[in-house]
Amino acid sequence: MNVDQLSIQELPEIARQLRRDVIKMLMISNSGHSGGPLGAADIFSALYFNILKIDAKNPTWKERDFFFLSAGHYCPIWYASLARKGYIPLTELSTLRKINSRLQGHPAPGHTHGIPGVELASGSLGQGLSVAVGCALGLRLDKSERRVYVFLGDGELNEGQVWESAMTAGHHKVDNLIAIVDRNNCQIDGKTDDVKGLNPLADKWKAFNWNVVECDGNDIEKFRATLKQVQSFKGKPSVVIANTKMGKGVSFMEDDYKWHGVPPNDEQGKKALSELPKTKFNDFIEFDWEK
Amino acid sequence: MNKYKITDNKATRLGFGEALVELGNENPNVVALGADVTGSVKTDLFKKAFPDRFFNIGISEQDMIGVAAGLAIAGKIPFVSAYGEFASGRPFDQIRQSLAYSELPVKICASHCGITVGPDGATHQSLEDMAIMRALPHMVVASPCDYNQTKKMIKASLNLKQPLYMRYFRDNSPVFTNSEDAFQFGKADTLIDGKDITIIACGLQVWEAILAEEILSNEGISVRVINMHTIKPIDVEAIVKSAKETGAIVTAEDHQKHGGLGGAVAEILAQYYPVPQEFVAINDTFGESGVGTELMKKYGIDKDAIVKAVRKVISRKK
Ligand SMILES: Cc1ncc(C[n+]2csc(CCOP(=O)(O)OP(=O)(O)O)c2C)c(N)n1
Ligand SMILES: [Mg+2]
Repeated sequence: MNVDQLSIQELPEIARQLRRDVIKMLMISNSGHSGGPLGAADIFSALYFNILKIDAKNPTWKERDFFFLSAGHYCPIWYASLARKGYIPLTELSTLRKINSRLQGHPAPGHTHGIPGVELASGSLGQGLSVAVGCALGLRLDKSERRVYVFLGDGELNEGQVWESAMTAGHHKVDNLIAIVDRNNCQIDGKTDDVKGLNPLADKWKAFNWNVVECDGNDIEKFRATLKQVQSFKGKPSVVIANTKMGKGVSFMEDDYKWHGVPPNDEQGKKALSELPKTKFNDFIEFDWEK
Repeated sequence: MNKYKITDNKATRLGFGEALVELGNENPNVVALGADVTGSVKTDLFKKAFPDRFFNIGISEQDMIGVAAGLAIAGKIPFVSAYGEFASGRPFDQIRQSLAYSELPVKICASHCGITVGPDGATHQSLEDMAIMRALPHMVVASPCDYNQTKKMIKASLNLKQPLYMRYFRDNSPVFTNSEDAFQFGKADTLIDGKDITIIACGLQVWEAILAEEILSNEGISVRVINMHTIKPIDVEAIVKSAKETGAIVTAEDHQKHGGLGGAVAEILAQYYPVPQEFVAINDTFGESGVGTELMKKYGIDKDAIVKAVRKVISRKK
């Protein structure tokens, strides 16, 4: 089922559906990232089904908001969101990471060999914020009301370029820009505190002249309300530090960095799906064992 | 009949990880740096053995190169490790200034190179790394053909005075060289002798070349196969000798056609002994997601592509 804007009450259900989609996509591709995408399902539900001004039937609509996925490895949840929204056929979700597919392991733009709704390649971490800043500056030159949203991982903040662009945005007071940091405290080699500590994270952004708000990124309503609130903030760029759990929704993946980059095997996938009951939106594929 | 036997199927990255631990045991100045991918590039073996001599720099590849340069100045022997693209492309200017221009003996150990890294797709497929690293003065650029050679290369790198860029791969691949054979940077290995044409390959394409030779020798074509494990400084003598004796060259690599092994060989041929050359390489395009073997076929860098190139280059011989 393709869906457009949803009511606030429906967002948790689409979030659960997106999680089911991600699990199934990864079971089919047998390759890809579980933890980040599952943990960010609530963020994507709020963005794609309530917040972003976009039109799936007209992906290059002149009034659209921009969304950039700086942390490209989160793309399974993005592809699922775009498919549910109607940018691509739902059935195409089963081609993730396969040869000749548009659903590349890391996103390619729609105007090359990726899918509509994707406007920038990502996968090499740390580059998206700069592009978002440039896009926001461009919109400002045009006196446009359109906004730019960019999604970053917390481990991704290890990259120096993120802080170069944070400084650029703060300096230029790019207030039509909203950065969302998925603060799941995990990266590949371990907990962010053990690999390279980020704290005090909010203070860092503040010191770069950003408007900083923290919220629970797995509470859709709170996250949505936070975005609504920062949308009208003037004079500084805004960053929402969304505290989430990696793997949220699947008990045996939650808060475990080892799920950063691996897909569930068949048994794990079945268990995961059993913890995420079916929704009214219907799965994009029914496995034989489900029939 | 195939002249080489597969003795095992192991990843080159594992050869790196194991050899680094051996070096760590032999030399207390050996230190290792990682960039949040230490498990997948196998630096975690060193980390477990020598926790004090391992530094996780996080996802900060540019910083990692600089820190390694500092460690080298302080008398340590740093091995940095990451995925190929993020070990070469991301910190290119840091490598240029702080390692190459400063002539510091840091070893850049680049795993997951080439299109065969597969499902992650184009952003993770380093296909330009040999070209950009080779363009830098003082850099040594090398790519082993199997697990055994990777180990030998890592061991031999200890005494290099220049910075090294070493390119290897994620997937398991045939082990066919002997762990006792000698290894020397800059000195190519002639694996199979022949007189009609020479295939010069590096990395995983060396095995593909051996498979191609088998097909071609059944057709009565006598093929020489050279493992050009060091792309810089390249073995000029081996190239010129083969050009003179076989009159045609095919180069094979998992890298862009421009500026890689093929380019390096062409530079030598043009200067010393021009003969026809065909390039088995990625043809000026980005890769895509897929399984390594599927991609090798689709992008024309497998044994079949080599066989085709050999037939073509022979038809071009005067
Ligand atoms: C420049 C660059 N370096 C390294 C990588 C490999 N890599 C992919 S995801 C990742 C960890 C990212 O951590 P985070 O942003 O917190 O994402 P999460 O683990 O929470 O999904 C790393 C190191 C990369 N994609 N790009
Ligand atoms: Mg994280």
